[in-house]
Amino acid sequence: MNYFPDEVIEHIFEYVGSHRDRNALSLVCRSWYRIERCTREKVFIGNCYSITPERLIQRFPSLKSLTLKGKPHFADFSLVPHGWGGFVYPWIEALAKGKVGLEELRLKRMVVSDESLELLSRAFPNFKSLVLVSCEEFTTDGLAAIAANCKRLRELDLQENEVDDHKGQWLSCFPDSCTSLVSLNFACLKGEINTGVLERLVARSPNLKSLRLNRSVPLDALQRIVARAPQLVDLGVGSLVHDPAMETFAKLMTTMNKCKSITSLSGFLEVTPRCLTAMYPILPKLTSLNLSYAAGIPGSDLIKLIRHCKKLQRLWIMDSIGDKGLGVVANTCKELQELRVFPSDNIGQHAAVTEKGLVAISMGCPKLHSLLYFCHQMTNAALITVAKNCPNFIRFRLAILDATKPDPDTNQPLDEGFGAIVQSCRRLRRLSLSGQLTDKVFLYIGMYAEQLEMLSIAFAGESDKGMLYVLNGCKKLRKLEIRDCPFGNTALLTDVGKYETMRSLWMSSCEVTVGACKVLAMKMPRLNVEIFNENEPADCEPDDVQKVEKMYLYRTLAGKRKDAPEYVWTL
Amino acid sequence: MAKEGLGLEITELRLGLPGGDSSASKKRVFSEIDGGENGSSTERNNKNAVVGWPPVCSYRKKKTSSKMYVKVSMDGAPFLRKIDLAMHKDYSHLAFALDNLFASYGIDAENCEQVPIYEDKDGDWMLVGDVPWEMFIESCKRLRIMKRSDAKGFGLQPKGSLKGFIEGVKN
Repeated sequence: MNYFPDEVIEHIFEYVGSHRDRNALSLVCRSWYRIERCTREKVFIGNCYSITPERLIQRFPSLKSLTLKGKPHFADFSLVPHGWGGFVYPWIEALAKGKVGLEELRLKRMVVSDESLELLSRAFPNFKSLVLVSCEEFTTDGLAAIAANCKRLRELDLQENEVDDHKGQWLSCFPDSCTSLVSLNFACLKGEINTGVLERLVARSPNLKSLRLNRSVPLDALQRIVARAPQLVDLGVGSLVHDPAMETFAKLMTTMNKCKSITSLSGFLEVTPRCLTAMYPILPKLTSLNLSYAAGIPGSDLIKLIRHCKKLQRLWIMDSIGDKGLGVVANTCKELQELRVFPSDNIGQHAAVTEKGLVAISMGCPKLHSLLYFCHQMTNAALITVAKNCPNFIRFRLAILDATKPDPDTNQPLDEGFGAIVQSCRRLRRLSLSGQLTDKVFLYIGMYAEQLEMLSIAFAGESDKGMLYVLNGCKKLRKLEIRDCPFGNTALLTDVGKYETMRSLWMSSCEVTVGACKVLAMKMPRLNVEIFNENEPADCEPDDVQKVEKMYLYRTLAGKRKDAPEYVWTL
Repeated sequence: MAKEGLGLEITELRLGLPGGDSSASKKRVFSEIDGGENGSSTERNNKNAVVGWPPVCSYRKKKTSSKMYVKVSMDGAPFLRKIDLAMHKDYSHLAFALDNLFASYGIDAENCEQVPIYEDKDGDWMLVGDVPWEMFIESCKRLRIMKRSDAKGFGLQPKGSLKGFIEGVKN
């Protein structure tokens, strides 16, 4: 290949898109490294503290699209105190200074100030796409800057962010000349929006394919808006509440009938169940349905709906659907690939879903490869059956509401059940455990889960051996997060080199001491070992023998970070 | 834990290495932590529940939490109250709560016959107790405790206390 001129190799590299493949190319030889870095347009950084923005820009001058992730995953469950970090401003500032031709920015679990959105909107004339997932600190003022200044904006996708509503008219800030929108998702915004402005925006966006509304859009406005966009592929309905004027409702049904392209439906944050019939015309074509925020739809209506969704590939739903409802899913949705069942607040309900629902799904949906399942109980027999029926799992996440519940039929831990999963699903990349579990489950994981990249453990195991089985056995492990397990210093320190092969390790409420963390930090200068010291005063040196409440370590080329809050000790 | 009596352990199909084991003593038990074990380092919030379990992200928790506060007015009371319907399991619970709520106004809940009604999502005023509890809490927007004298002529049997009234309608 070295006999080809650079232009030829460059051209070939254009066909190589995935980050992993690109990373592999860059390791082959010097000239490939050089060519690859000059032509790379998309970069993914799984931990924003693993590298400095300056170094990124230096290596990839043609950067157009950047994905950054900030806080550790367990921050989602309130385990990371406020102010930990993950600020995007320094990145945007550096990219602006470096005159990067940024077109796309995707952020997850980062702190995004209005100031950074303002800078983003002004510094990059070709900016096209902003995706914010589980971010915080920005307000509708920041969104107004994006709307006003990004002349070529195609995508504004806000997923599950905490956004302060400043009652401004951010939607009105899209100029009349803005006609390039392809995707607009503001479902997570709490405040009112001007539906007339929205309607006009939709009317002048002929390329709009994805539109997800928030709660504040009433039924009549919804109808008018959707009528302007019959080309929609993805619709998020904020609110579908009974309108006494039946005419509007009939109009909505007619409008939905004209939407021949919608394959993805979500939302229903507020809903009167009988209004759902308006959606029936589009159900048969749906490949993706997210009703996980539709707390107002009772199980019986969910079941009625599902019967029409024969082409579904992705389903996110609440456990109010029940085991019986999952049976209906199993009989109807033969193309199902991804299923997520979330817990509803169980007021006056008996156990909504159990192992029975999951077994039914495994029997009816052989293509299933991704699962997130919150349930009241699970049995080894069920897991063994599921493992046999669905050997293609890539992601398997089980969350039993009582975290250490054993198999209710046999009173045994769930070691054998999860063991069957890892032995059968050779392509498993992500696993979350729950239920009563001994060290044995980790022995199985270490032995069989060869492709495992991410493992989440809570209230499990009996000794350091458990953690060691995993660290020794799972060669491809990248992220390990552990809470409330009896893993201690021996487990932490036996193979310190392992952590440089991983992105990060989280341990909270385990048996690890400050002293051991210090040893680890000393031996591994290219790891940042952070311990969170929430209860002690900031200048109080913790004792070496003291147990660590929370530890988060990650490999990094950037050294100790300068923006850590007082309660974070980087050892 | 050993299985009872039948000695079937030897025939049990298992993955992995041979050799028995018993459940170890050193275990972090979720239920112990949940129940307030001493010396546990796990975070607990005020209600003694375990922080971060079940692992539902905080955004989702906020959006799907079912706090169902509704206004309650009682004829004769100087101001309204609010109760969280989600906190109650059934009609009897609710009746108790309502009795307690207005007891402080000196309104004799036992003797003064009252009719509990509620406004539903359609804006209609309905008699409490006709529909199953789950359906009721879904559709109830506000409550009113009406004096029986206002409900005269509707053929309602005198049922004594508020609680008795609700029970009577239910049965």
